[in-house]
Amino acid sequence: MPEGKELYMLQLRRMMLIRRFDETVQTMVQSAELVGMAHVYIGEEAVAVGACTALRDDDYITGNHRSHGHPISKGGDVRRAMAELLGKATGYCKGKGGSMHLADFDIGILGESGILASALPVAVGAALGSKMQNNDRVVVSFFGDGASNQGACHEAMNLASVWKLPVIFLCENNQYAVTTSYRDTVAVENIADRAVAYDMPGVLVDGQDVMAVYEATVQAVQRARDGGGPTLLEARTYRYEDHSEGLNRILREPYRTEEEVARWKERDPIKLHSAWLIEQEVATQEEIEAVRNDVRQAIEDALEFARQSPYPEPEDLFTDLYSDPLPAR
Amino acid sequence: MVQAQAVRQLSYIQAVNEAIRQEMERDETVIVMGEDIAGGGDREDKQDAWGGPMRLTKGLVGDFGRQRIRDTPISEAGFVGAGVGAAASGLRPVVDLMYVSFFGVCADQITNNAAKIHYMFGGKVNIPLTIMTGIGAGTGSAAQHSETLYSIFTHFPGLKCVVPSDPYTAKGLMIAAIRDNDPVIVFNNRQLMGIRFDVDVPEEAYEVEIGKSNIAKEGTDVTLVGIGYTTKVCLDAAAELEAQGHSAEVLDLLSLSPMDDEAILESVQKTRKIVIVDEDYPRCSIASDISALVAEQAFDYLDAPPRRVNPPHAPVPYSRPLEALWVPNKDTVVEAALGVLE
Repeated sequence: MPEGKELYMLQLRRMMLIRRFDETVQTMVQSAELVGMAHVYIGEEAVAVGACTALRDDDYITGNHRSHGHPISKGGDVRRAMAELLGKATGYCKGKGGSMHLADFDIGILGESGILASALPVAVGAALGSKMQNNDRVVVSFFGDGASNQGACHEAMNLASVWKLPVIFLCENNQYAVTTSYRDTVAVENIADRAVAYDMPGVLVDGQDVMAVYEATVQAVQRARDGGGPTLLEARTYRYEDHSEGLNRILREPYRTEEEVARWKERDPIKLHSAWLIEQEVATQEEIEAVRNDVRQAIEDALEFARQSPYPEPEDLFTDLYSDPLPAR
Repeated sequence: MVQAQAVRQLSYIQAVNEAIRQEMERDETVIVMGEDIAGGGDREDKQDAWGGPMRLTKGLVGDFGRQRIRDTPISEAGFVGAGVGAAASGLRPVVDLMYVSFFGVCADQITNNAAKIHYMFGGKVNIPLTIMTGIGAGTGSAAQHSETLYSIFTHFPGLKCVVPSDPYTAKGLMIAAIRDNDPVIVFNNRQLMGIRFDVDVPEEAYEVEIGKSNIAKEGTDVTLVGIGYTTKVCLDAAAELEAQGHSAEVLDLLSLSPMDDEAILESVQKTRKIVIVDEDYPRCSIASDISALVAEQAFDYLDAPPRRVNPPHAPVPYSRPLEALWVPNKDTVVEAALGVLE
């Protein structure tokens, strides 16, 4: 597990990687190079990075449709992620998953579901697998404010608590389910307050502060590894962009004010972390710029790799349908 | 015909129970989750009290403990989804969905996760999950506890669906399902649980191959396709047809996904007539699917149009006389067979 400067610079690098990756995705959608659905994570980077840098490589995560940030935070390869977005055979899912389902099982990513709250019960099952095989792995399940209202979310939390399973339910409260404010759909003041109903700690954390998310996750992970059971973390954050790329073409009325967006952008997670690194004399401006340049190069390389990669072959329509191939029907 | 004396008779329930027990002894990653499958609260002296309303898991908690035989909250989405996650992380879970009509509250976990994870993530992880579920009318349980619904699940690529027809296939298919590396749904018909079968169930563990049907009775004049309970209905009908001078072949389908298309086509090429007997609703049913298969691929062999015998397109009624009209029976099958034989 990295510590000190190594940890802080890793967090900076991964947040920058996600930002640059998703900015590139935006231009690819605008130029129609990327034609499928794409949900960017810009503005929320501190949540996934703070949480995943508190995990071991063999710990599990599950995610949702906004799935670029989670694998990159866990140490995924941006080349294979970009290739997946372009539907190439070299992608994480051999081109079968796309933007909403970027998963690298080799680093503990159990997949992202585009059905909201669908992955929470799966995360509970992985935690059961961990407990019964005594392998000490914990699971972080990322979900949003919208998914927090799903029945599966509550079933998963109750089950994890009665079985005292090593799960961290991490709610990325970016405040809008597409265009509907959580204030209009969540009965309690804070989503973290719902933890009371499941007899687990509920912790509200500043989702723009990578160290705050990191420290809250470290505590939850410790509790989980010690057999204390699950924790509900609510990271209050903000989605700078619309729910999905291209949505602005059909949205007629603004659903949030420009002032609100601007106010949240002032607390940008990369800016805040960079300022903290300088203030604490962990890194110089030059070192931060070097990371930025390095990241820019890495994303350019990833795009080049993705563009040069082949598409799957027609017969791949049927590969991986079952673990043993069956005749096509 | 002289029938060999059955060596070892078990009830359908005992056969399923033995399959789970033997697999749990063989492989410590096999666990069972479901509502009331252990039962009896936490009282140590009540370890064998219950075993679920169908008694399929009776006694297992006493032998394997509450870590491996896990009573769950009434949360089908929660524990079926947990089965998917447990399967993805090294366990080989068996999940009991008490009645198939409960699938509505956990359909997402079955259709979007269990069925799709292996494919959607490029084959990186297997989902060796078994879901067993109770199906079938004829028990006075009304519309929400009597459905069959297996056709819905065969609609989804990525799932395997099997329907045992007697204690022998119940044990062999359950073992095959647990050992399979893909999600398998085992549909256990509740009427079969109350019937005495004169079939031999070997004591040792064995598999009935998923994807293969069985010719339960050979014949030359008409093919009767049975699925689970309706295989017994077909055998009863075949005996009556035999008395009337018609030789019916009974094909016990056993596996709906993958389906043994070749065996169906081979049989119909021999008999030139087919009646498919299916307890699921008629629209978009297995019977419809097999009719289409035969019409497309064996049309030139047919002496009569394929004939489907399904319940009416209505929910299962509670009242005994109405329910008796609803379920396909020997008489409706004989009538349908005579219709294509003329």
